[in-house]
Amino acid sequence: MRTKAIIRLLFTAGVVTWLALVFTDIPILISSVNSIPPDIPVWLPNVLLDMFILSLYYYYKLKIDKGDLNFVDLLWRVFATGLVATVISLALRLVDFLLGNTKLASHVVFIDFVYLINLGLMISFLIMAFMAWKRLILYQKSKWLLRLWSFFEYSLLISLVYNSFDFPFVSWIYNIMLGLLIVTGLVLSGNMKWVAFLNFRQKWTSLLLLLLTVFYLGYSLFTNSNLAYEINKIAPVFTDYRGHVFILSVVVFVTLYSIFSFLVILFNLPTTSVFEQKLEEVVNFQRISQSIQTEQSEESVYNILLETSVSTVFADAGWLEVIINERENRIFTYQITDKESRDIIRHLNENNVKGILDQGSDKTKNLSKHLASLKGSRFRSILAFPIHVKGNNIGTLALLKELPDGFNKEMTRIVSTFANQAGISIENFRLLEEALQNERYKEELKIAKMVQKSLLPQLLEKDDDFEIEAFSESADEVGGDYYDTLRIGKHMVSLIIADVSGKGTTAAFHMSQMKGIFHSLAQQDFEPHEFMARANQALVYCLERGSFISASYFVINTHKKKIRYARAGHCPVLYYHAAQNCIEYFKDKGIALGMVRNKSYTNFIQTYEFEYKTDDIMVLYTDGITEAKNKKNEEFGYDRLAATLLEVKGLSAKQIQNHLVSRLYDFSETRNINDDYTTMIVKFK
Amino acid sequence: MIHIKRLQEDGADVIALVGEIDASSSIELDLAIAKSVGEGFTKILVDCSALEYISSAGLGVFMSYIEEFEDKHIKMVLFGMNEKVANTFEILGLNELLQIGMDKVQAKKLIQ
Repeated sequence: MRTKAIIRLLFTAGVVTWLALVFTDIPILISSVNSIPPDIPVWLPNVLLDMFILSLYYYYKLKIDKGDLNFVDLLWRVFATGLVATVISLALRLVDFLLGNTKLASHVVFIDFVYLINLGLMISFLIMAFMAWKRLILYQKSKWLLRLWSFFEYSLLISLVYNSFDFPFVSWIYNIMLGLLIVTGLVLSGNMKWVAFLNFRQKWTSLLLLLLTVFYLGYSLFTNSNLAYEINKIAPVFTDYRGHVFILSVVVFVTLYSIFSFLVILFNLPTTSVFEQKLEEVVNFQRISQSIQTEQSEESVYNILLETSVSTVFADAGWLEVIINERENRIFTYQITDKESRDIIRHLNENNVKGILDQGSDKTKNLSKHLASLKGSRFRSILAFPIHVKGNNIGTLALLKELPDGFNKEMTRIVSTFANQAGISIENFRLLEEALQNERYKEELKIAKMVQKSLLPQLLEKDDDFEIEAFSESADEVGGDYYDTLRIGKHMVSLIIADVSGKGTTAAFHMSQMKGIFHSLAQQDFEPHEFMARANQALVYCLERGSFISASYFVINTHKKKIRYARAGHCPVLYYHAAQNCIEYFKDKGIALGMVRNKSYTNFIQTYEFEYKTDDIMVLYTDGITEAKNKKNEEFGYDRLAATLLEVKGLSAKQIQNHLVSRLYDFSETRNINDDYTTMIVKFK
Repeated sequence: MIHIKRLQEDGADVIALVGEIDASSSIELDLAIAKSVGEGFTKILVDCSALEYISSAGLGVFMSYIEEFEDKHIKMVLFGMNEKVANTFEILGLNELLQIGMDKVQAKKLIQ
């Protein structure tokens, strides 16, 4: 909004200064014609002219900076300004022509007025072109170029100041200044980098626009110099641009740059297609590399590869064979049918042609002749490259042409690069997929671990006859250790410890089933072997092949001070007899749940019974404890477990547990466990 | 890591297990047994003399074949287990479901 206002202000300033120029120049002219000293200082029109130039300079600067113009747009603006200037100038000529040889037409004031209009138009055209050329020259700027340009602009400013004041005319200063500016302009005119970025069509447009620009320049120069000449004949003093260093330098600069650009574009025309092709290659290359980030599937990477390769080497058709597994492969085609491409592949294989579809050493060798022997095929040239991912050949890219010898060395190189890049893209794509999969898996594990944790009881049954403590620590991977207690009656409490085979979500899932089974069956006060048989029956339908659950189930009767239990493949109970001060593992018979999937399971499970006495200790645990390893790859084992218990036999259940856990960590010398540890310690009172 | 070797002796397929069987390597054991069954062997001997460790997943593999072998009348005998491995089988009660011999000679007798 603000720039818009400034642009308007500058335009107004331009108009006002021009009008002021007219109103000061004409009186001076009249005085000069009549050979009387003018009332107005002679330098005033010059100052006004320079102010006019300055306002135009900023006006066009802002106008050009405002719009995000491309090169052709810039040229178009210059052309349009020139067109307007020329049309107005021609209109004035027409008026002049219509007036004929009337007094008015030949009056010096009228001529001067026309001259001033033409001069204003020419200056605005020049400055417009100057600003546009500045933009073009500084398109790809270096520090040095920027400095030179600033030097050029400041020198022009100095020349403007020099002209403003009526310094006594010194020929050598004038010549040096003009010469310096022209040379600088010439050097700057060498910067034509923008031309390379034009495509074929844009180049033609630019040529036309530049030609017309040069024409307008020539025309306005011609008009102005004619008018100035005519005025000069009558009046010696008026605003003559012909001695104006700034205007002359800009005229030279603008003209030179226009002509240079025109010639450079003209000579660049024949090679444009090559440039365009290179540019397209780069863009295609980028497309392949970027496809990995944006595309959803490998398939689109393949399609982009095929499309870009075909278009880059101007092939008539192409296919991409992707190996899915040893027997299967998939073909992506472009301008060719599946059948045709498979025919060609078969034909090449049948004739045992080496070096086309595999990694041949020299791709430029004429192997296409073999195509000629395939009847009904329209293709006469073939170029193929294997695509590798991590050293494995995952497919072949083949490009076809109807011309014989259609592929040159350059094309071979490009396609080879494309195939390599595609291999990298696909590999990256696969890695990304894998990483995502891992992330999902981790997330899943986190949930499983949470589920598992929540399945373990927060509180264990309390009883006056015994104290009970449990501890469970799971490894990074979710395990399936489970323990629980349930009061069956006033004097009856049931206990369970179980270990689900396998890890991960399935283990957590089976664990939750085990919990359900325990809570529903334990309440019904079954004998332990009956409990196991029923649990087995229930689990048969949900445990997959190869999965099983080891468990021990206990019913403590505090009234009779007896424990009845069944061991279904779980680690043997470690028992401390306080009276005899001895330790024992209950190695009873019993196979894990899910191992026998029919009624005969009852033959493999039994209920055992023993009495407990005060200070006896029962240690239940999972194999994570006995199989815990130290750095020497030794297992914690049954003996160490028994010895650990003996060390603290007199302490409370909680203390025994703490001791056992710390012993275990000391032994394994790490906090990173690789299996689940679970213990449940019962100390009788 | 597990290394599995197979050779045929007196019409029986002898599968020798060398190393440790954990959750990941149990797949190889499963493949080896499945291959043996697929090739039509009805007598399978599993040499465990160089088996150092077996996890529950490995035991699950043996377990999973019990019913199939009964249906197809395939006999499988394991032999040569070290004490630790044998203990693992015993705790789970698999020794009651599988035939386990002391050594190859005994195993060959069992399989007849």
